[in-house]
Amino acid sequence: MRYSALSIFLNGLFGNRNWAAHWRQPEPKAHYDVIIVGGGGHGLATAYYLSKTFGIRNIAVVEKGYIGSGNVGRNTTIIRSNYLLPGNNPFYEFSMKLWEGLEQDFNFNAMVSQRGVLNLFHSDAQRDAYTRRGNAMRLHGVDAELLDREAVCAMLPFFDYDNARFPIQGGLLQRRGGTVRHDAVAWGYARGADSHGVDILQNCEVTGIRREGGKAVGVETTRGFIGCGKLALAAAGNSSQVVGMAGLKLPIESHVLQAFVSEGLKPFIDSVVTFGAGHFYVSQSDKGGLVFGGDIDGYNSYAQRGNLATVEHVAEAGKAMIPALSRIRVLRSWGGIMDMSMDGSPIIDRVHLDNLYLNAGWCYGGFKATPASGYCFAHLIAKGEPHETAKAFRLDRFQRGYLIDEKGQGAQPNLH
Amino acid sequence: MASRIPCPHCGLRPKEEFTVKGAALQRPEAEAGAQAWHDYVYLRDNPRGAYEEYWHHTSGCRRWLVVARNTVTHEVASCRDAAEVKAVTA
Repeated sequence: MRYSALSIFLNGLFGNRNWAAHWRQPEPKAHYDVIIVGGGGHGLATAYYLSKTFGIRNIAVVEKGYIGSGNVGRNTTIIRSNYLLPGNNPFYEFSMKLWEGLEQDFNFNAMVSQRGVLNLFHSDAQRDAYTRRGNAMRLHGVDAELLDREAVCAMLPFFDYDNARFPIQGGLLQRRGGTVRHDAVAWGYARGADSHGVDILQNCEVTGIRREGGKAVGVETTRGFIGCGKLALAAAGNSSQVVGMAGLKLPIESHVLQAFVSEGLKPFIDSVVTFGAGHFYVSQSDKGGLVFGGDIDGYNSYAQRGNLATVEHVAEAGKAMIPALSRIRVLRSWGGIMDMSMDGSPIIDRVHLDNLYLNAGWCYGGFKATPASGYCFAHLIAKGEPHETAKAFRLDRFQRGYLIDEKGQGAQPNLH
Repeated sequence: MASRIPCPHCGLRPKEEFTVKGAALQRPEAEAGAQAWHDYVYLRDNPRGAYEEYWHHTSGCRRWLVVARNTVTHEVASCRDAAEVKAVTA
């Protein structure tokens, strides 16, 4: 069923009793051309573009929980393409362009809101670094504006501009950046993929990968064996476990990242703002809650919950930037498990088996990449060669010395 | 992560006194070759369960420690001085 103003009106007229389910609950078939392990944002987007754009119809997405239960429903919903390095920038800009047309494309309201992403700077050195980043963005055709203190002050007058240690000198603004309703992204892609014939198998955990003669022939699951022509892994924080079933070790550690939402407030912050003197980012949801977060906790974890010390650190950074936050009550906090790669950049590549493909290492920046990640992964699976914007995301770059170290902080996940 | 780490020198201390370095791996010989060094620097078992890693008691005795803990439950099983740990795991 296609959504329109008329369909909403007519269904409202009949008490909203006649809406169909967004996607089917199929039984697993014995064999699929492509099996995608992981029904998160990236896995569902991959299935969507594989079926819609690349014309492969016999696809299953295998998800151990339910759709939207993982990181796609646990992030701070920010989209942006303000990247410096040539390996990253065109990819994230491709993602931004897909976001801009996404709702029309999959006929679902994902509440894409290009409210602007502003990165504050607090020193001359940081200003120079942001100038360089802004110039790199503009050279790649991405919008970027360097704002001085007065221009930031006109936008957001209630910040602590004269903080003794971290006075705000200005900011780098990407107006096309913003936020997207993250659950709707999962639902929209799931519904879109389902409408093109993709089987979404929920509560179906992969327990093994069956190999024969250098190929993956299928997956053992809690709902039985399912055969496949090609196997694509998009398991985010559990990538090491899933890839381990195929006998491969990854340059990835799993870490916990916490996020927070405050009680609902009247309109307060109408863009996404990041603090330059500490790791803190905040935006305001349409329900009024401030959605914010900071660094990963810094130790390996699969627990989906973090430590109070990090909560305190995030709160301190937030209050240093916006003193008015001191009286705001936090409504909820939660943790997600990040697949932290060793250079802070992702992997979209074919790995050691002929028909095995890997999409992992998104660190804590995977949400904004969802459309391009799905599109490029689908491109790789369908055509056997990488999409032009994702050529740098190879697994062997660590061996060859072609790391994509966006932050320049070295080969240790808890530094990114 | 557990709230407290049993430092062999200082006793039970809040984990905020410590700094985590990462997996307690066997450092290869200097001449071990590019592959061995690649594996050491980049590849991780990243287990869901028991894990050994280096922690530094930054605000305490300033000794390097090997903490064995569980990455799912966050329980700390043991904590030894790194100098006393001969065979470390990946």
